[in-house]
Amino acid sequence: MKDKRKILTIISLILFVILLFIMNRTFDSYEIRILNLCGIYVVLGLSLNLINGFTGLFSLGHAGFMAIGAYTSAIFTMSPELKQMNYYLKPIIPIFKNIQLPFLPSLLIAGLMAGLIGFLIAAPVLRLKDDYLAIATLGFSEIIRVVFTNTQSLTNGALGLKGLPKYTNVWWSWGMAIGTVIFMVLLIKGSYGRALMAIREDEIAAEAMGIDLFRHKIISFTIGSFLAGVGGALLAHLLGTIDPLMFRFLLTFNILLIVVLGGIGSITGTVISAVVVTVLMEFLRVLDGTMDLGFIRISGIPGMRMVVFSALLMFVILFYQRGIMGTKEFTWDWILNRKKKYTQIKG
Amino acid sequence: MGMSNFLQQLANGISLGSLYALLAIGYTMVYGILRLINFAHGDIFMVGTYIAFYSMTSFLLPWWLSFLIAMILTCIFGIIVEKAAYKPLRNSPRISVMISAIGASFLIENLAIVLFGGRPKAFPIPDMFNKVVKIGNVSIVSVNFYIPIITGILLLILLYVVNNTKTGMAMRAVSKDYEAARLMGIDVNKIVSFTFGIGSVLAAMGGIMWGLKFPNLVPLMGLMPGLKCFIAAVVGGIGDIRGAVLGGFILGLGEIMIVAFLPSLTGYRDAFAFILLIVILLLKPAGLMGKNLTEKV
Repeated sequence: MKDKRKILTIISLILFVILLFIMNRTFDSYEIRILNLCGIYVVLGLSLNLINGFTGLFSLGHAGFMAIGAYTSAIFTMSPELKQMNYYLKPIIPIFKNIQLPFLPSLLIAGLMAGLIGFLIAAPVLRLKDDYLAIATLGFSEIIRVVFTNTQSLTNGALGLKGLPKYTNVWWSWGMAIGTVIFMVLLIKGSYGRALMAIREDEIAAEAMGIDLFRHKIISFTIGSFLAGVGGALLAHLLGTIDPLMFRFLLTFNILLIVVLGGIGSITGTVISAVVVTVLMEFLRVLDGTMDLGFIRISGIPGMRMVVFSALLMFVILFYQRGIMGTKEFTWDWILNRKKKYTQIKG
Repeated sequence: MGMSNFLQQLANGISLGSLYALLAIGYTMVYGILRLINFAHGDIFMVGTYIAFYSMTSFLLPWWLSFLIAMILTCIFGIIVEKAAYKPLRNSPRISVMISAIGASFLIENLAIVLFGGRPKAFPIPDMFNKVVKIGNVSIVSVNFYIPIITGILLLILLYVVNNTKTGMAMRAVSKDYEAARLMGIDVNKIVSFTFGIGSVLAAMGGIMWGLKFPNLVPLMGLMPGLKCFIAAVVGGIGDIRGAVLGGFILGLGEIMIVAFLPSLTGYRDAFAFILLIVILLLKPAGLMGKNLTEKV
């Protein structure tokens, strides 16, 4: 029975990769961009869900870690000529001037850097709880943004970095997404995941059971920051342009939205809602432009998209708090059992 | 850096501190009663400023009437926000309420962008607030005198209401123990609405004076002051009105003084509040005026 499920998983993975291959061939560049965004948001959503959903630490600092990842990888992937072009007001710090690495090592360094900063921040901040933790992490991400705006010779300040090599393609974004999903499933099913969920349910009880609260919280926070950094780096090399204003609270909020819609504490839910939210955001763009319904022309109102979007979010929070999946996960048993039931009825 | 410059910066710092204090009171009162960070408070502040702006420019009302109308409408707006976004979640986990608060803030901001337009608008300043007063060789814009005075008057009224009226007593009871207050026959929902109303009036007044001092209105103008004022409330000790005022002044004076005396750090001005927050949370988590409570199992 167990093997059957494993085989099913592998088969569906292969099918999914084939599907990606077909989509990569047939989609136009705009659609591929959305597909990439979906993959990146899966990574980002899962990383926030690990911290917020599975460990129950309400962190609002994701945009900061993404900024670290994005800038780190950008500094390593830009060619020396591009650096000279970008940093025209103040030259870049000499050590980074001639460095250029391929995408994979840059991505790893970006993740490690974000993870390291996350680790350093976690030690003092994780002593706080609930709202205080939320505000402190939000504070840290704002500090990171302010620092990046002011360190002209490292990040080019408010001008941002332009013309980054667009390395992110369907394989990178969805490769990372699939990797993250597999990692999360293994983590959550293992002893660490169970410890994290115990902390979420009841800290005092978890501590009484012998779980080292602080250590587990730090591990969760650091892994979450690492993945956020990788996601940020992928995003930077998809868009090709980054500046500190991109990494405002709004970005954290978008990711939080994905986690809430999917169900706080569900991997399946996050994956579904990352795709749904990203596609919906693009679909709602119609509202901003003029609509031609044949007999009537509705001139779009710029900004209407975001109003509808935030109203939708409020609706979900107020009336459908559990999100798409609640804390449930997809398992093959759903399909297998349904089939069994069906044959029973038939027989 | 002479004495006159210092006095000028001091006046600036005090008026900025007063504005922060007015906003911080709204946060601290709501937190005291509902244990909720009202993320939409900064946006209520923005709405108040825009109402005053439109009643002065589109309806051509005199400034004092516009300010009064702005305060009344913002009060109603604040109560509506509470009824729509927070009341349905009274018994939900705190994370849901907080997400709802962030969502409400996001919705108000986006609505404001659609309704008011994203382009900055210039707040019209009545002459009496725009005179330059010279004392010796220190010249100070008159609005810097009015802001602390108005703030002081509002504070005295607020403290009177909280400490000497029945409603104020009920407010204090709800913030001490929500359940027990309900059992004692206090209409908690009414008190919560009342608190949001007061907080919104103060936010509106803060917003109007903010407009008089920094006459540049944008729909996202409430975002940064909102976050900073929540920090001011935490620094002072959340739930305590005097603490919020203290926190507001520390933040306002600190920001102005950093820019004035360490010009190389000007770009880091916005980070000051967050650094202060983290230092306070680590050294004295209950805030400067707060009492430390141990967690009961």
